[in-house]
Amino acid sequence: MSQTRIEIRLAGSGGQGLITAGIILAEAAIFDNKNVVQSQSYGPEARGGASRAEIIIADGPIFFPKATWVDIFLAMSQKACDQYSFDIKTGGVFIVDTTYVRQIPTSSAMAIPITSATRDKFGTELFSNIVALGIICETCGVVSAKALRAAISNRVPDGTEKINLQAFNFGQGLAKETIKNNNGVEAEVIEADT
Amino acid sequence: MNKKSSYQLMQGNEAAAEGALAAGVSFFAGYPITPSTEIAEILADRLPANGGKFIQMEDEIGSIAAIIGASIGGCKALTATSGPGFSLMQENLGFACLAEIPLVIVNVMRGGPSTGMPTSPSQGDVMQARWGTHGDHPIIVLTPSSVEEAFHYTVKAVNFAEKYRNPVIVLMDEVIGHMRARVSLPPESMVERVNRVQPNMPPEWYLPYERSATGVAPMASFGDGYRYHVTGLVHDAKGFPTANPNESRDNIRGLFTKIERGFRELCIVDYEQMDDAEHAIVAYGCMVLSARSALEQLRSSGRKVGLIKLGTLWPFPRFALEHYLPQLKTILVPELNMGQIYREVLRVNAGKAVIEKLNRVNGTIITPNEIVKTVKGMTR
Amino acid sequence: MISNSQLVNKYFRHNKKFPHIWCPGCGIGTILGNMLRAIDALALDKNDIAFVSGIGCTGRAPVYVDFNTLHTTHGRALPFATGLKLARPELKVLVATGDGDATAIGGNHLIHACRRNIDITTIIFNNYIYGMTGGQYSPTTPHGDKASTCKLGNIERPFNISQLVEAAGATFVGRTTSYHTLQLQNIIKKAILHKGFSVVEVITHCPTTYGRINKKGNAVDMLKWQKEVAIDKSRADKMEPKELEGKIVTGILIEKQLPEFCEQYDNIIEAAQNLKNSKPGGSK
Repeated sequence: MSQTRIEIRLAGSGGQGLITAGIILAEAAIFDNKNVVQSQSYGPEARGGASRAEIIIADGPIFFPKATWVDIFLAMSQKACDQYSFDIKTGGVFIVDTTYVRQIPTSSAMAIPITSATRDKFGTELFSNIVALGIICETCGVVSAKALRAAISNRVPDGTEKINLQAFNFGQGLAKETIKNNNGVEAEVIEADT
Repeated sequence: MNKKSSYQLMQGNEAAAEGALAAGVSFFAGYPITPSTEIAEILADRLPANGGKFIQMEDEIGSIAAIIGASIGGCKALTATSGPGFSLMQENLGFACLAEIPLVIVNVMRGGPSTGMPTSPSQGDVMQARWGTHGDHPIIVLTPSSVEEAFHYTVKAVNFAEKYRNPVIVLMDEVIGHMRARVSLPPESMVERVNRVQPNMPPEWYLPYERSATGVAPMASFGDGYRYHVTGLVHDAKGFPTANPNESRDNIRGLFTKIERGFRELCIVDYEQMDDAEHAIVAYGCMVLSARSALEQLRSSGRKVGLIKLGTLWPFPRFALEHYLPQLKTILVPELNMGQIYREVLRVNAGKAVIEKLNRVNGTIITPNEIVKTVKGMTR
Repeated sequence: MISNSQLVNKYFRHNKKFPHIWCPGCGIGTILGNMLRAIDALALDKNDIAFVSGIGCTGRAPVYVDFNTLHTTHGRALPFATGLKLARPELKVLVATGDGDATAIGGNHLIHACRRNIDITTIIFNNYIYGMTGGQYSPTTPHGDKASTCKLGNIERPFNISQLVEAAGATFVGRTTSYHTLQLQNIIKKAILHKGFSVVEVITHCPTTYGRINKKGNAVDMLKWQKEVAIDKSRADKMEPKELEGKIVTGILIEKQLPEFCEQYDNIIEAAQNLKNSKPGGSK
């Protein structure tokens, strides 16, 4: 597999907007002139239970379209965290929304109350997915903020571009704050796939 | 896209819909079914904006019936469906084969049989696409293995349907149908469009099923002044039902002859690293993605493995295998079914190489590592 | 009025091998002939007529006549016709279908075509039986009557086709018999002129199967029965339900104007094109 291959998985409950977030992330990668493949869990699962979007980003060609060894993982529900955190790469980025994830499987996870912070800031949870993108952008830099902003503007409903971009900025801010507070504390990922 | 780039993010189903439009499809009839519904949704929006027509029918039987009717009216017509809907279409698919009506069915395969696994990938309809309708008949089946190919193969399917006056099936799997990828599609002006041959003789001379030298008869549209008969009964050159053994033979044989004549053109096959290959993976659809990744690993470990990628499943491109059989020791056929193309490979191989299958029917796809492991076992 | 020989010369296919497949005494030819007279009276161009059928004895009607003819699969004439009409709205699309074809295997298509109000004229040849396969009971075989698959009597209740299509939303419903040929011509003419989905139910006779199994006599006896049971709507409207028992009300039963499908779709095309043109940058 290509050296540059980055695997991202966004997991949560149906309705949290993670598939949309996945599509935005994928489109942003294209704006950054990278190759990308995006897939998702689909059907009843996406409308209620654990749902997930996967994005593979690479400089070169991408063959296998599914994540097998995840570099960046976002969990926005306990079930999704339990179900989809198994194949995270050692040293990978692990972001959990503590609004819903109470049992965090590793101390190296970046714990942020994404949904409740969004609710407090905007009066609605609607933009939690975009806030999460801001966090991912700030934490990993796998795609540029400029490209993400362009993709957000392109993909959100007409007339909501401004507030969504505010949500993105808010997410970046949340990440900065968290990184500052964590102060570089590192821990080993307890899950390992052999 | 608001950003100027020749690349865009597109889903496989979306690419198939774009391919249909680029090929000049102006009529779609369908019924909602997972995992193909996006195609109907997109064309419901896009067709009227381009002056075309979309209709949501009461079921899949009605859907294929309506596209046959529209095709007889002169439209390039297409429907999209999935397992159970494809089953319902089989009788009228046979009608279109016998009456030689150009049309395209995109079947985004899901796990079966029956309701099966509606949102999970499968390649279980390969043999159904070949033999699903009753009676001897030829069929053309293309299978894309990337989002870009979903576009290009849908264009090809429409073109083949028009050229050969035959139904063409685009057999897509759920992975390709729902995957989003970076694609670069050609501008519409660069897309080849083939149109059915229409009669240019006076109507009183027109014999609707008299084959020209190409093996295909010119097809008049209803309303263009060539009043003729279309039937699902075996018919003579005038299109009238017949029980005459010679006329019946000419009718059925003629269906096969036109496909046999086009065999080379109809067979889309790509070869990757086959020049020095001693071992081959024969794959199609999403299995190509796993196979390519496996190939990279196997080559880096020094194994002479290549990939034969089938873009056409039917007619089965047997020459693709026959050409390489003398140099091959083993062939692996990974499929998301119990071994449907595997049997074809066995048939063509006729005992020359060692053939193994790798199958999966649990709603997940075969990973590159599984292919690597299997090939390593075979090449030990 | 056009003479029989003129009718044959003008509308029958000279290059088609005759005779036709129908039994002596069959009512299908009568209905087909009167359909041709109606078309002739309307002076329609043969090139503008598409005549579509399903399977069964009635399904064989199109092959003999010189129009754009389409003999489809069992029960599916209406969806084929729907696609054709939508593709070529300028065509006059006529559908010939039997009681089994229209209301059993094709019942779902029938009710949805009614609901859609697409401009197609459907003539349902109702002879209460599956004739071509040898006399099995159909959805219109009367309760208690016999057929080769219910020799001891039919225990299913029959559809009243005209009521069925009315309930499903057909905007024109006419009913007559193969005895009342002038009324038949007249109703078919009006049905063709009607903008929207029109149904003409024609009660007819199958002396070979239904008549023989149920001891209804020969074709003439069965025609006489049609004459006796038919009662025109204008008279029926003034009668008590009890008096109408065993009678068949004929005439134009429903006639109303509602938006037609193809015309409405033209509006959709216009709206979609306006939407496209108003967004030069393309939609999201």
